[in-house]
Amino acid sequence: MSLKFVGEASVRFASPPSILTAAAVVGPKEGEGPLRDYFDVVSQDVKFGKETWEQAESEMVRQAIELAVKKAGLTTQDIQYILAGDLLNQNSGSVYGVRSFGRPFFGLFGACSAMGESMCLGAMLLDGGFGEYVIAAASSHFCGAEKTFRFPLELGTQRAPTASWTVTGDGAVVLAAKGTGPYIKTATIGAVVDMGVKDANNMGAAMAPAAADVILKHFRDLDLTPDYYDVIATGDLGEVGSNLLVKLIQQDGYDIKARHVDCGLLIFDQQAQDVHAGGSGCGCSAATFAGYFYAKLKKGEIKRMLFVPTGALHSVVTVQQGESIPAIAHAVGIAGE
Amino acid sequence: MDKQTYADMVKAASPPTAVFGNCVRAFFVGGGICVLGQVLHDAFLGTGLARDDAGLVTAAVLILLAVLLTALGVYEKIGKFAGAGSIVPITGFANSVAAPAIEHKKEGLVLGVGAKMFVIAGPVLIYGIMASVVVGLVYYFVGGGS
Repeated sequence: MSLKFVGEASVRFASPPSILTAAAVVGPKEGEGPLRDYFDVVSQDVKFGKETWEQAESEMVRQAIELAVKKAGLTTQDIQYILAGDLLNQNSGSVYGVRSFGRPFFGLFGACSAMGESMCLGAMLLDGGFGEYVIAAASSHFCGAEKTFRFPLELGTQRAPTASWTVTGDGAVVLAAKGTGPYIKTATIGAVVDMGVKDANNMGAAMAPAAADVILKHFRDLDLTPDYYDVIATGDLGEVGSNLLVKLIQQDGYDIKARHVDCGLLIFDQQAQDVHAGGSGCGCSAATFAGYFYAKLKKGEIKRMLFVPTGALHSVVTVQQGESIPAIAHAVGIAGE
Repeated sequence: MDKQTYADMVKAASPPTAVFGNCVRAFFVGGGICVLGQVLHDAFLGTGLARDDAGLVTAAVLILLAVLLTALGVYEKIGKFAGAGSIVPITGFANSVAAPAIEHKKEGLVLGVGAKMFVIAGPVLIYGIMASVVVGLVYYFVGGGS
């Protein structure tokens, strides 16, 4: 076994890759939320000047990647691999977004955990010596996600109190083999966890056990306690899932309550913006990290954080067939220095 | 932890749907739509239309209104407030046909609008018609229909 693989499911990077730059592109509703000042681009047009919501998502992907690369003083030609994921069928949000770049591309599916997946894999590629620069990105679009997973937008229905609101946004980071901090020091790779939740309107509950599983493995594998991190940020558990996560982890003797935040509860004002349980989607954790957390890490206001994007891995078909909702979460250990 | 214990935890952690408030709102909005229908119906009767024709025209007007409000993005807001109150009347049915038609316009007139238009209303039609057939048969054999 390689020395970089630690314990049950974790990785400790020998040469921790740098998160060189980050860029976040979001839609109008996100631009009205509490994190508005942290995003690089806030579009007032939910279609981003395009014809369809699907094209709009790809446009966000393109813009965020271009911006992150530009901030690093690079061009897309300098990037060895683009790793990106989204929620649309066949990863089309990412695929059409990177189409014009002509660079090596890995399309990832981890539902809303995609940003964690892309950052883990990107860091592994770099620490493995397979390149100098990698793009890790993830996106989602509210309208596209509703169309894919739920009902038409104009249908007059009520949302469940436990339902979440898919973020329209994309977060992209340039990871570099050498560079300034923050650095990706460690990662714990999530397993598919299914505790039998069948309610697609309560995905926080479906995902909380996966987040608990990966966070506990992270602590045990790397011999850490919650107070090692300033912040433990899950992706999109929302209010219901966050409460469940804290309780689940408590049962194993760790208390993360004081350190835990959820991107889904940061990106929107839960009451004023009427998002029920909170924000969700690949873009939720991706844009919150690339906008908000990256700035805090860069300024040194956060020294160490565990970033844990969470994903519900069901499809419309499996739910209709009565299957429960499997979930996954990946933990990325990040430090300013 | 076993799945049942977790299911209990989830239940305790999840806020319940506001059933009472939803029922009250559904009652008044649904009732309001029916009152509007009655007003229209009486008005059409007043113009000298036969009872059956007045009923048909009333339904047509309500459907037209619902489709218009759907296209303007208003019906969605009514539905969010009223729940079943705006789903159950004929206007809700019209909304459930118009909404997917608008949503899937970009996929073309045949595979988009045409194929997806009845994605929500389709089951209602199928089981509604089947139920009417069953009731009709029962009526024919038991109720003395001829």
